[in-house]
Amino acid sequence: MIAVMTANLSDPRWLRRLLPAASLAIVLIAIFAINQRAASYFGLSLMLQYAVPIALATIAQMFILTVNDLDLSIGAFVGLAACIAGTWLATEPAFCILLLVLCIAAYAAIGALIQLRNLPSIVVTLGMSFVWLGLAVILMPTPGGIVPDWLKALMSWKPPLIPFPILATLIIALVAHLLLMESSIGAVLRGAGGNPRAVDQAGWSLLKIRMSMYALAGFFSVLSGLALVGLTTSPDAHIADRYTLLSIAGVILGGGEFVGGRVSPVGAVIGAVTLTLTGSFLIFMRISPDWQIGAQGGILIAVLALRALIKLKEAR
Amino acid sequence: MSNLQAIAARMGDRRWIWSFLGAFGVWLATILFTEGKGAGDVLTAALSFSTFTVIVGIGQMFVITTGPGNVDLSIPSTIALAGGVAMKIMGGSDGLIIVGLAASIGSGLAVGAFNYGLIRVLQIPPIIATLSSSFLVMSCAISYGRGLQVKPPSSFADFTTAQIAGLPILSICAVLFAILMAIILERTIYGRSTLAIGQNMRAAWLAGVKVERTRCITYMMSGAFAGLCGALLAGFSGGNALNMGEEYLLASIAVVVIGGTSVAGGRANVPGIWGAALFLYLLVTMLNIFGVSAGVRLVLTGLIIIGMITMAGGEKTGR
Repeated sequence: MIAVMTANLSDPRWLRRLLPAASLAIVLIAIFAINQRAASYFGLSLMLQYAVPIALATIAQMFILTVNDLDLSIGAFVGLAACIAGTWLATEPAFCILLLVLCIAAYAAIGALIQLRNLPSIVVTLGMSFVWLGLAVILMPTPGGIVPDWLKALMSWKPPLIPFPILATLIIALVAHLLLMESSIGAVLRGAGGNPRAVDQAGWSLLKIRMSMYALAGFFSVLSGLALVGLTTSPDAHIADRYTLLSIAGVILGGGEFVGGRVSPVGAVIGAVTLTLTGSFLIFMRISPDWQIGAQGGILIAVLALRALIKLKEAR
Repeated sequence: MSNLQAIAARMGDRRWIWSFLGAFGVWLATILFTEGKGAGDVLTAALSFSTFTVIVGIGQMFVITTGPGNVDLSIPSTIALAGGVAMKIMGGSDGLIIVGLAASIGSGLAVGAFNYGLIRVLQIPPIIATLSSSFLVMSCAISYGRGLQVKPPSSFADFTTAQIAGLPILSICAVLFAILMAIILERTIYGRSTLAIGQNMRAAWLAGVKVERTRCITYMMSGAFAGLCGALLAGFSGGNALNMGEEYLLASIAVVVIGGTSVAGGRANVPGIWGAALFLYLLVTMLNIFGVSAGVRLVLTGLIIIGMITMAGGEKTGR
């Protein structure tokens, strides 16, 4: 038994798969070591509150990265979704849902534009971030809005035994995993990132694939916006600005390879949770919050460095 | 066939003219709206503000030219850091202006070297490398500056805002700087190597181009220009601010693409960067003068940039 385990662990592929979980474990253990009270139902619920919207945004980014694109507008788009929900979800739910569906359709259209005109995704999405932010500012020039009670209740739900954020992130990881890793269509979608020509020659439409990926990203971003609205009482246009960079970092931290359609939904969620925890970690370490984004960058670089080492080992 | 290709190549080389025509069109629309009032002032302001975009845009252009996937996302945080470094070292005293400028460029060089180190050692895509380092650089900027604004020395502030007959001195310097960079791009071994790497890195390497050294210089140069821009911007706007680089992420990439540089790498254009920077500034001015709200202005800016890129881009990246 032990022999099997050690054999597995020395296999670089296994090391790489374990890396995201190991980084999460290290951050968690460090937090628990400094403050034992954090290792409770209440402590975890509090620390991981924002893990739900961040994980959803990270999954959205992962769909884009699967087809070798990068979305620099996710933060602004999540902000817009939050503003739309904060304005209409409580009073006119049907109209609100229609608007959100239109937003998702717009995302699919961006995917189509990028595919048809062979445009660089970072430039197009950077431009779109202005559009989303502008729309959100028009809708909600100052923080405000009404959050429906059911959404607030859902986000502060206290299920028995497992804190809600953990339960929710597990479900998100499972759904994304089944969709992308276990289904036959998921294999085609990933293939479009790995070898677009082969997928094209096999008779699949790259246009439809890219549009589906962008639509999925739009859908998960909308969910992220809804989760965020449920957590805050007054959404505003800039509420999710940091999510663009956080989501990219989360995917990479979770083992996403950036090229070749190599992504891991479970890893991405773990990456998002790890990044969420760095804030609490710094507070417990009594390090100034000035270093929060720096610590996130540091963790990212450390994990990438470890991965480079594993790759070296693989090459041998 | 070769005739057609030659014409296509020449058209490709002149795409940058469109950015100037666009800038002129937007300016014309603005002064028609104001019935000629403030036509010169608008141009002066456009030249002033475009200067900063041009400086970082040229650095970004060299990075993008080294091939697909190469982009410097650390420019905004480098501007914030270098602006803070310059203002703090100058400390309001005229004697330390040169030291402050050198320190800001030096911090930019350091960020660029760090970026390249990450790309090289960790074998990761430049987008991820520059993104990760931008997190660290931003934290350094926050921690170093403590969020305080330091005022520039008066003669540095005067220099960054001085004008001769409506022409900002800084813009004249930036035009000379652009000419110098165009010569470096077209006439030096480094410039030709950058273009060659962007067209086909392996072929360039086989042909004896020093690929890694060229890439290293390119990233360090982009960092240095962002550093210089940070110091000048802090002088121009009466002090440093942490968010002062924010808008230059989109701006630096947009001016490169709108200016006719190929996003696929291997083809660069310096004059187009000036045209595109003027266009972007005049566009925002026009929308302001038309009296649209901040939200509508953002939406229109985003849509027009995407429209321009859709027209400018759309080439096939294949052989």
